[in-house]
Amino acid sequence: MATLEIRDLHVTVEADNATKEILKGVDLTVKQGETHAIMGPNGSGKSTLAYSLAGHPKYTITGGTVTLDGEDVLEMSVDERARAGLFLAMQYPVEVPGVSVSNFLRTSATAIRGEAPKLRTWVKEVKEAMQRLHMDPAFAERNVNEGFSGGEKKRHEILQLELLKPKVAILDETDSGLDVDALRVVSEGVNRVRETGEVGTLLITHYTRILRYIKPDQVHVFSGGRIVESGGAELADKLENEGYEAYAKLDAVDTKGGASA
Amino acid sequence: MAEAQNIPVGSTTAGQIAVAAESTVATRMSAPPSFDVADFPVPHGREEEWRFTPLERLRGLHDGTAVATGNGLKVAVEAPEGVTIEAVGRDDARLGRAGTPVDRIAAQAYSAFEKAGVITVPKETVLTEPIRIAVHGEGGTAFAHQVVELGAFAEAVVVIDHTGDAVLAANVDYVLGDGAKLTVVSVQDWDDKAVHVAQHNALIGRDASFKSVVVTFGGDVVRLHPRVTYAGTGGEAELFGLYFTDAGQHQEHRLLVDHNTPHCKSNVVYKGALQGEAAHAVWIGDVLIEAKAEGTDTYEMNRNLVLTDGARVDSVPNLEIETGEIVGAGHASATGRFDDEQLFYLMARGIPADEARRLVVRGFFAELVQQIGVDDIEERLLVKIDEELEASV
Repeated sequence: MATLEIRDLHVTVEADNATKEILKGVDLTVKQGETHAIMGPNGSGKSTLAYSLAGHPKYTITGGTVTLDGEDVLEMSVDERARAGLFLAMQYPVEVPGVSVSNFLRTSATAIRGEAPKLRTWVKEVKEAMQRLHMDPAFAERNVNEGFSGGEKKRHEILQLELLKPKVAILDETDSGLDVDALRVVSEGVNRVRETGEVGTLLITHYTRILRYIKPDQVHVFSGGRIVESGGAELADKLENEGYEAYAKLDAVDTKGGASA
Repeated sequence: MAEAQNIPVGSTTAGQIAVAAESTVATRMSAPPSFDVADFPVPHGREEEWRFTPLERLRGLHDGTAVATGNGLKVAVEAPEGVTIEAVGRDDARLGRAGTPVDRIAAQAYSAFEKAGVITVPKETVLTEPIRIAVHGEGGTAFAHQVVELGAFAEAVVVIDHTGDAVLAANVDYVLGDGAKLTVVSVQDWDDKAVHVAQHNALIGRDASFKSVVVTFGGDVVRLHPRVTYAGTGGEAELFGLYFTDAGQHQEHRLLVDHNTPHCKSNVVYKGALQGEAAHAVWIGDVLIEAKAEGTDTYEMNRNLVLTDGARVDSVPNLEIETGEIVGAGHASATGRFDDEQLFYLMARGIPADEARRLVVRGFFAELVQQIGVDDIEERLLVKIDEELEASV
């Protein structure tokens, strides 16, 4: 069974000619079939965790380990991580002018699967996946994310999740900017992938709203660059009622300590 | 993280649409058109038509110090049966009918060539094979003049390949009879040191259609000036361009479509990719709709994709409209970059970096390449684009 293990992960970023530590010792284990929600206030480092795992060059790993089935993820390039089975659904998917969605999906599937999918079955596979996400077939001929609405971008991310079948999927604020209908469609997509039991899901969100559609096995509260509390789904209800205030205080103390460190 | 405006440092995309009683296209030039080089002052670099061009790299083509070296340029023409190929003297009446030199180097070329090439496709002759002109430089300096003339209702494809090393100033005339169809593919695949400056003049007959595909990969300085005018109503011009500007190269394409005749069409699409330190692409797109050119339908577009830091694009579309009685007129110019975020996005989907870059550039050019309509040229261009990418990244 595939397991993503994050141990004592420390990450810095260069900003305004200074090095700032964003992640200050993250410990987390995500196993295939499990769904973990990471919740926290803005600026707590949630997205940094997502992008660091995917290997974004902006972030520097200063300590700790990340392994996927025992393999050292941090040693891998961005594309190697994806081929190893990591998937990041991005909060702000990037426009790639000149590259059609269909060309992009096929190139990506070829890279991930190690061979070009057979054209006939592939066309059908994409078509059906798009239908399930209520996407217009004409979408396939548009350029990647170019002129997409917020909802279209997120559907396109989940479409890739369904087609690429990763071992571990990190969903970075997939719910942000979605209306209720789009949120439902996107959540159904995520749930279809989860129900296969073959993916570990790391759901990063600011709001509890998406957790009504996607039930997590565990909820982790993220604050000041680390997980400060973990619990079952009921922890989300507590956050819904009480907000992040209690953790924000912790954060304030913590940040001071971090700044002098 | 996502940036809406992604114009590389130093690049410009300044365009204008002017509605005017009188054109400024001509008045922006430092001298009126002329066949005589003496009518043009030696440019100093601040003139409107020279301000983007590195004069010091023109090897004297602009100031009269460049001298023809005799054996420096080999031209081989291969044509199907029915086509006439001639080398004619300076006094041949068929030269210079499609347009007059508009700058000093074009006039220099006209004043200095010894023999001109004239290729004639007789009326109603429809060629099934392309006419191929291989221009190969062997390190010399040359001034050239070439005429391609199609009689009424003739149809032809002409492929001009420029390879090797040369300093070349040239004028090329395309004369299309009524109802003729001509596709010209001009490929500038020069070695690194070549300097190539040319004016292309197309005169499009009534109901004739002209398609020009300009493909520039090589050379130190390439500065081309494709120009179109119409000899009768119903003429159509499609001007496509594709350039891949590498480190240190200067590639400049200056276009003029002069809608001087009613009910004609033009469509201009130029696309360029740039990579490397001091890669410089310039695109000037002038479209003039004269007062008498009612029913004109025109569109021009320039797109640039900057792959690395250090490259610069100057893109200037100009549309001048002297009559409101037209079908359509528009222009667009955009320069964007292939940046680290795009690379990250594609790599995060398992695609290796070099393949990601290829995907983006191929995608960027493919749409245009598919419109060329000559299969072996299309394939060759896609292969060439891949080579360009592999050679330098």
